[in-house]
Parts: sequence; C-alpha cells; structure tokens
Amino acid sequence: MSSTRAPAVEARQLIKTYSGDVTALSGMDITVEQGTVFGLLGPNGAGKSTTVKILTTLARPDSGTATVAGHDVLRHPDRVRRAIGVVAQNSGADPVATGRENLRLQGRLYGLKGAGLDRRVDELLERFSLADAARRPVKGYSGGMRRRLDVALGLVHRPEVLFLDEPTTGLDPEARTAMWDEIARLAGDEGLTILLTTHYLEEADRLAERIAIVDRGRVVVEGSPDELKGELRGDAVHVELSEAVGEAGRTLLEGTLGGLPGVHQVLLDGRRISVRADDGGAAVPALLGALERAGVKVASATVARPSLDDVYLRYAGRRYSEAEAEGADSFVLAGGAR
Amino acid sequence: MSTAVSQTWYMTQRQLMVFARQPAYAIITLIQPVIWLFLFGSLFRKVVGLGGFGTTSYLDYLVPGVVVMSALSSNMWAGMGTLEEIQRGTLNRFLTTPVSRAALMNGNVVNNGLITALQSVIIVLLGLAGGADYPGGIGGVAILVLASVLLGTVFGALSNALGMLVQERESIIGINTFLLLPLTFLSSAFMAPSQMPGWIRHTADFNPLDWAMVAGRSAMSEHPDWGDVLSRTGGLLALAVAAVWLSIRTFRSYQRSV
Repeated sequence: MSSTRAPAVEARQLIKTYSGDVTALSGMDITVEQGTVFGLLGPNGAGKSTTVKILTTLARPDSGTATVAGHDVLRHPDRVRRAIGVVAQNSGADPVATGRENLRLQGRLYGLKGAGLDRRVDELLERFSLADAARRPVKGYSGGMRRRLDVALGLVHRPEVLFLDEPTTGLDPEARTAMWDEIARLAGDEGLTILLTTHYLEEADRLAERIAIVDRGRVVVEGSPDELKGELRGDAVHVELSEAVGEAGRTLLEGTLGGLPGVHQVLLDGRRISVRADDGGAAVPALLGALERAGVKVASATVARPSLDDVYLRYAGRRYSEAEAEGADSFVLAGGAR
Repeated sequence: MSTAVSQTWYMTQRQLMVFARQPAYAIITLIQPVIWLFLFGSLFRKVVGLGGFGTTSYLDYLVPGVVVMSALSSNMWAGMGTLEEIQRGTLNRFLTTPVSRAALMNGNVVNNGLITALQSVIIVLLGLAGGADYPGGIGGVAILVLASVLLGTVFGALSNALGMLVQERESIIGINTFLLLPLTFLSSAFMAPSQMPGWIRHTADFNPLDWAMVAGRSAMSEHPDWGDVLSRTGGLLALAVAAVWLSIRTFRSYQRSV
C-alpha cells in the first residue's frame, strides 16, 4: 500500500437528493488506495448503493466530485467504464442465455473477440466453478451460481477497480462463505482494487482492509477494522433490563452509571444498556450494584471485546440493528426527518 | 463507427435469442394477427358492397389494415421488456459498460423491426392463402412491410421511453389499452374512407396508423399513387427518427432517477 500512487477511488463531498426531497448522500467522502479492499459498511438506506451508482457512472451527483482509476466520473464516464467492473445487487444476467453466452456478450461489449475472448470466458467459467453449467440457461442456476456468474461478468475485461455491491445478500450461509473465499482470492490478484458495500458487520470485518462506516448519507468514521475496534478502549458491557426505562429515568441512570470508576460511555435505549469500561469484569459488580440501588431489575449482563457493532454504536449514535430497521422506511422519511 | 454497428448487432442478437428461445411467446406474436384477419374478414365481409374499397374482395382491403394494426399492437409492448430489464438489473449492467446508449436502444429497434417484418410477411402470405389478391406485386408488399416496420418503430421507441420514465407496468398497460382501439378505428383499417363520417375521415389524416395503411394499400393496388406513398412513408420515417432520438435521450432522465 504505497501512498505515492494516486488513489483508485476518490470521492469528495458527494451530495445526491432524489425527487421528493429524499436525501441519499449528504457529503460523502471516500478514498480507496490502489490494490486494497475497501468496505463501505452501513445499514440499508445509508447511501452505499447510491455512492456505488455515482462511482460507476450510472447516476449523477447533485454536487461533489469523484475520480475512479484516475478518471473523472462526470467528465470522462467512458474512460471510467473501461477501467471498472461492476457487480450490482441485481446484475441481471440474461435468464434465457447460457452462462457462457452471457460472459461472451459481456466480453464483446468491452471489445474482446476471437480466441482472446474464448480463452478469457473459459478461464472465468473454470475459476468460478461454472464450467459444468456453462451450456445451461441461467434461469436454472442456483442463487450461489448466479452470484458467481455476476462476479465473473464484472471481471471479464480485467478491470482495475471492482465494485461489489452487497455481494452476499440473499445467499445461504454456505454460499456466503464460498463467496467470501472467492473475494479474498480476488483481493490477492495483482493490482486489483475492490470497493465492497455490505450491511454485514462480519463481512466487512473479514474482507476489508479499510472500512468506512456510513450513516445517513455520509462517512461517520474510517479506518482498518483493528484501528476502529482499538479506538474503543477496554471492553463492552451489555446489560439487559427486565423492563424498559422511561425518558426521565434514563438520563438519571446514564449519569449515575457514567460516574462509576473505570466506566466511560453509557448508552441506554429501551431495555439495553451498553457500557464501555476499562475492565469489563471489574465493572459488572459496580454496575449491578448501582442499578439495584436505583431500583432497576436486571435480566442479564455480558462482557465482550469490542466488535464493529460497538464501533457503529459509538459513531452513529445508535445500534446497528435499529438503523437497519429504520433503513427500510428511510426512503420515505429521510428528507423531512433530517 | 464499426464499433457502434457491431454493438448494435450484439444487442439485436441477444434480443432475437429471447424471441427464438421462447417459442410460446413467438407463436402468440405471430398467430394473433391471424385471428384478426379471419375474424374481421368474416364479420365485415359484406361491407365491401357499400363501395369505395377499390376492390370486390374485403380480404384484399383488410390485409394491409391487419398488418399495420398488428405492427402497432406488438410494438407498443416493447416498454414492458425494457421495464423487465430495468428491474432485473440488466440495463444498469449494460450502462456501466462502454456500450453506446444508441446501440442499446437500436438493438431494440432492429429486433422489433425484424419481428414486425416477419409478422407482416406471414399475414400477407396467409391473406394470399385465403384468396386475397395483391395487384401491386412484391414491390407493393415490400412497401407495406416497410411502412409497418416504421410505424412499429415509432410506437416501440415511445413505449421504451415510457417504460424508462414511469417504470410501472400499470402505466404501460393503461396507455396501451387506451390507445390501441381508438387508433385502429380512427383509421382506414376496416372501413373505406368514403364510407366514414367526415370527422373520422379528417382525424384519420393525422393518424400515423392511417399513413401506413394508405401507403401500403396504394403501393399494393393496380395503379399506385406514388405521391401518397412517398408522403406517408416519409412522414412515418420522420416520426420514427424522432421517436428513436427521444428514446435515446430518455437515458438521461433515467440516469437521474437511479
């Protein structure tokens, strides 16, 4: 990872609003170094797909600039298109065409032909374990096979930058693990830069060298998975209460618990309290004691090493699962509510 | 230049394959006009006795009408295919490759044109088998086919543009259902102009469907009026070019909506 080379992807202050005042991006900044795997992590509706659409020349931002493989996405979309491979959430392989026919057409669109095209298509079919299915129409493929074909389609012209938009969404656990292995292998390829979006914390943690956590159309924090987790000193203590605490009790409790020695950050929502402590094991008795004195019943308490979920909680100020749930209606609410 | 041509050909090939590999769909597209031909042929057989049809056999008069009506009704659904490609993600996949936008749209146009031509020829041959007479010969038939392909291009391109803009099946279905019968009956498809009420006859003069029928009928008659043929086909060509241009432009608004 040399810093002297120009970044493979650079986006500055991207803003995009869809008709009806739905804000998708509110100042997205990302930089992806050449030859690295970069993960955009965030819940549905956070702006990941919109970012990918702009970087892959599909959509235009309202303002902001972006370059991919050194080319400006707005001024030279054609140059960008030659340099990138795109694996969208729905890549839409032609269902009546065979796997081989889909790959051949894709290759031709990039100007491959003749023996070179044949070789490349065979190579990809082999590599993605599709050789046996190559002559069958895609409509008979399993979900995992389709996804592998999608990735092969994105690689046919040996792109410099590969975009993987939610590569494992909708796959069963077995196919997901296989896809992870495949992506990890791709990452080892000479010079290939991968920008991947995901809403699975585990996926970003496992595949990406650098992660940007996206919330409400912008990056809230960026770093390597270890850096992000390392910034959260100490342990996470999660306390589950027997019943939810009201707004008044909440402020009071946060104050009381935050005052305990060795306790840094207290977040209470509904029945869950998340606490950051220098030493989780030592903090638990003090926490439980304080809660008992406050008359709050505890259902369970757990101590954990920090996870990306905790990172998300800290920087986005809400729990990942909540953001996920909200993401579903954020298309409607985003504009007015924010 | 040659890239644009070969890209258009790849896109056409892809679509023709869909047509060829779904025999049920292909057969329905080609067979449905037969029903029109023999249904209307029997129903209105005696209408020719009113005069003004330029022939004594109603089938002679009806064939160009059914050819043009079929060109309209098969092409006006083109937008459904585009919509399916949008929803499946295929269009976005192509738009992120270097393929030219014109090639994407022209692939549709060429594919639809070839299918329309095939459909038109089949109707003409069925008419022939049913006893229709085409004094204008092969040249006349070729002009009818050309006119119906141009008309199909106009409505196919508009339908594609509509599919990209509204991205709703219901809108396409609604607009097509609304347009098909009025456009057909406000033309000389089934009735000689001299037998029509004045307002329908005048309205028909502005109906591109009628242009295609007038051009085709005249070219297929014993004494073609080449002025009529040229002006009507010229009008259709201009409309077709405008509609295709518009549909290629629609990619821009599509880009704003994704």
